Amino acid sequence: MTTTDAGNEWPLWEVFVRSRSGLDHKHCGSLHAADPQMAIQLARDVYTRRQEGVSVWVVRSDQIVASDPGDKGMYFDPMEDKVYRHPTFYKLPDEVDHM
Amino acid sequence: MYTQAMDTGPKEERKTVRSVEEAELERRFDARIDAGDFIEAKDWMPEHYRKTLLRQISQHAHSEIVGMLPEGNWITRAPTLKRKAILLAKVQDEGGHGLYLYAAAETLGTSRDQMIDALHSGKAKYSSIFNYPTLTWADIGTIGWLVDGAAIMNQVPICRCSYAPYARAMIRVCREESFHQRQGFDSLLVMMRDGTAAQKAMVQDAVNRWWWPSIMMFGPPDDQSPNSAQSMRWGIKRVSNDELRQKFIDATAEQAKVLGVTLPDPLLKWNPERGHYDFGPIDWPEFWRVVGGDGPCNRERLAKRVQAWDDGAWVREAALAHARKHRTEQEAA
Repeated sequence: MTTTDAGNEWPLWEVFVRSRSGLDHKHCGSLHAADPQMAIQLARDVYTRRQEGVSVWVVRSDQIVASDPGDKGMYFDPMEDKVYRHPTFYKLPDEVDHM
Repeated sequence: MYTQAMDTGPKEERKTVRSVEEAELERRFDARIDAGDFIEAKDWMPEHYRKTLLRQISQHAHSEIVGMLPEGNWITRAPTLKRKAILLAKVQDEGGHGLYLYAAAETLGTSRDQMIDALHSGKAKYSSIFNYPTLTWADIGTIGWLVDGAAIMNQVPICRCSYAPYARAMIRVCREESFHQRQGFDSLLVMMRDGTAAQKAMVQDAVNRWWWPSIMMFGPPDDQSPNSAQSMRWGIKRVSNDELRQKFIDATAEQAKVLGVTLPDPLLKWNPERGHYDFGPIDWPEFWRVVGGDGPCNRERLAKRVQAWDDGAWVREAALAHARKHRTEQEAA
C-alpha cells in the first residue's frame, strides 16, 4: 500500500463493500484507478459481479493509517487479563442470571 | 483458473550467512508458520519466502490474464445467446481473478508495471496450457471441464496458504470458479446427448487434445520439483503435485464415463489395490518445450498481450491527465 502518483501507474485504492443493507462495509481488496469515479466503477466490476454488495467505498491506499505489526503485543495484549470487562466474568445466582 | 505448480524463475541460493538478529526473526517466523498463523503484508518474512511468493502469485496472475485469450476468441462465435452470455461472464471472471492476484502480489513490494513488464519481456512465465489453440467450439466446453477442473484442484489448497493476502484472493477465486467447470461439462453434455455424430466427434477430438496438457498443469513430478519441499515447509504449498494430479485423474475418469467420451490414455485403468486410477507416462519434454516458449501459440499469445498494452497506453495516460487536471481545478476552487 505504498503506491502514489509517481510514474505512470494509476494510484492504488482499497475497496470496501457493504454486502447487505444494515451491515458494515468490509474490506475486500484493492485496485488501480486514475480518479475516484473510476475507482468506484471498477470496484463495481471487479468486486460485485454476483451481487456481493449494495454499496461500495473506495479510499486511496496511501491515505490509510495502520497500526504497526511490530506493536501488536504492546497494543493489544494489555486487554488479555481484563476478563472483568466481559459479562461472563460475573457469576450470579440462577434466579437473576439472565440479567 | 490457473496456477501451475512449477519452479520457473531464477534459481537463487538461500543465504546461509545471516546476522544473529535475522536468525532470531527467522526462528520466530518459522514458529508462526508451525503454529498455523497467517503472515500479513507488513510482517517480517525471509527474503526467500517473499521472492517465492512473488514469483508464484505473479505467474498465477499472468495466467489468468493470458487465459482470457483462447476463450475470448470464441465469444463472437458462440452457438447461442445463452452460451455467449455464459462465456462472456467466464472470461470477465478470469480478468477479475488476474486483478485480485496482481493486487495480492503488489503487497509484497513490487509494482503492477514491473510485473507486466516481466510478462511482456518473457522474464515471467504463465501456465503452459494457454499456449495450445482453441480450434473448435468443443474446445471451450473442454477447457471448462478439464482445464478449470485441474485449476480448481490446484487452487483449493492455496486458500490455506500461509500468506494471507494470497489466501484471501484464492478464496474469492475458488468461490467463483466452480461455475466455470460446471458450465463446461454442461456444454459438452448437451453435444454428447443431443448432438449429431459430427458434434460428438468434435467433443472427442477436443478431449483428445486437451487431456495431456491438462494433467501437466499440476507441474513436474514431485521428485523433479526441487523447491517444493521448501514451499511445503512454509505453508505456501499444501499438497504435492503428484497427489493433486492423481486426485484429478480419479475424479475425471469417472466424469468421462457420464459424458460418454474416452480419455486418450490406453494405460488408464482402475487399480483396486491402490484405490486409484493408473495412468500412462506423461510427455515431460513437451511440457518443458511449451514452458520454454516453443508451444503452438506462445508467440501469438504474448504478442496479443503486448499489443493490447501498447494500444491502451494513450487511454491510461489520458485518464491520469484528466485526473490531474480535475484535482488542480478542485484545489484552485
